[in-house]
Amino acid sequence: FVQNGNKKNLFEKDIGAPETTGTTILAVSYDGGVIVAADSRTSSGPYIPDRTTDKLEYIDDKIFCLRSGSAADTQTICHYVRHYLGMHKIELGKAPHVKTAAKLFNQILYSNKDRLLAGIIVAGWDPYDGPQVFSLPLGGSCTKVPYAIGGSGSGFIYGYCDANFKENMTKEEAEKFAKNAIALAISRDNSSGGCIRVVDINKDGFKRQFIPNNDLPLR
Amino acid sequence: MSYTNKLLQGGFNFDNHLRNKALADKKLVTEPKTTKTGTTIVGLIYKDGVVIAADSRATGGSTVMDKDILKIHRLADNIYCCGAGTAADCNFVTLKMEAELELIKLNTGRQSRISTAVSRFCNMLFRYQGYIGTALIVGGVDVDGAQLCSISPHGNCSYLPYATMGSGSLAAMSIFEAKYQDDLTLEQARALAIEAIEAGIIHDEGSGSTVNLCVITNKESKMEMNVKSYNKRDWYNPNPYKFPKGSTPFFKELIFPKVDVTNVSDPNQKMIAE
Repeated sequence: FVQNGNKKNLFEKDIGAPETTGTTILAVSYDGGVIVAADSRTSSGPYIPDRTTDKLEYIDDKIFCLRSGSAADTQTICHYVRHYLGMHKIELGKAPHVKTAAKLFNQILYSNKDRLLAGIIVAGWDPYDGPQVFSLPLGGSCTKVPYAIGGSGSGFIYGYCDANFKENMTKEEAEKFAKNAIALAISRDNSSGGCIRVVDINKDGFKRQFIPNNDLPLR
Repeated sequence: MSYTNKLLQGGFNFDNHLRNKALADKKLVTEPKTTKTGTTIVGLIYKDGVVIAADSRATGGSTVMDKDILKIHRLADNIYCCGAGTAADCNFVTLKMEAELELIKLNTGRQSRISTAVSRFCNMLFRYQGYIGTALIVGGVDVDGAQLCSISPHGNCSYLPYATMGSGSLAAMSIFEAKYQDDLTLEQARALAIEAIEAGIIHDEGSGSTVNLCVITNKESKMEMNVKSYNKRDWYNPNPYKFPKGSTPFFKELIFPKVDVTNVSDPNQKMIAE
């Protein structure tokens, strides 16, 4: 006999849905660099095809971008910007500005705003302006901010971030701030979860960190 | 643009889609169901390479269109991929990729790389915004070692140690999440892949028939067909229907003599160019 009968499978429409990084992403500048952090969940409706996603995309040695929204859209945009910035870097002959990378994202996101679903945070360090964080939300605007959060989980941690952010933190303070914020969002948001990936960017380059699910802070 | 010029442009032509949509909107014609591979495909990395496996059922709506379809496609000697989604899309897209990879191999003189295939797949699928309904698991061994990548129809790719796709992916993933470990031996990896496909075949109505497998190492790639069968038909009617001549009564008989018509032109007549 048939289990569901004529009742349509509730998830039938959603399981094949395009994959989104329903997400929590965060970038915070500290005294001498930036910390970028994200969760690691990609959801396709109710199913999670990838629970160990890396949403921290390398754009240049000291410029990273954080992806939220449609996984396919953001991956493709990052590939384009990495290519353009790479070409620009060769012609420039020295380290590219973080604001150049942000501007490239801005131009792609704004001119295709009706076709894309992408919320991006660009963060990095350059020898001209030091640590910088740029927020490029859904509409395609680009604003320089001291710290930025994005994705579906960010709504749950605006209060925490506004209360705990301080200008010119030390690296340890900034790391703790980032990890706690992501952990809080993971605990409250359906579409965020898995592990926390953190990258620390400063004048010496970038260093990756990985916090597995059973070592999340605030347990 | 003339019709032939449009053909020479190459690639996919979606004109018929507009025609079909117009016909369906006016309820003149019901669209035939596309043959989908409601599917279970899996891939995993083990100690010496990659194992990818698939079931062998192709469905069109709720009918099984093909009981023994091959969902494992060769992209290169060292790269194989499984395709889920629309059967025609999978076949053509993988054939095209096989040709592209061969051309690149001839141009560069080097062994094909998985990242080449994956990048090209992602770019193409993103360009078509998910309308090409292929979900792929690409696996192989190249200079950078064993790699496995799952590609979604919208162009999102994830390099993973184990992956499942298709309608039976949830059942297969439950097996992987419970039993996968790093550095499995070949026997363990094969057994795990077969078990995962088995879960899909048993618990998903879009997957069935048999398990096909492919093992890729840096030395060779080996396809294994119909490794395990399920629900095999084992009763055939010992007296099949046979209707002797004269079984059907008839009222009228009309006989048409077969006529041969041969058109002969004069071989000596020259072609007149005007």
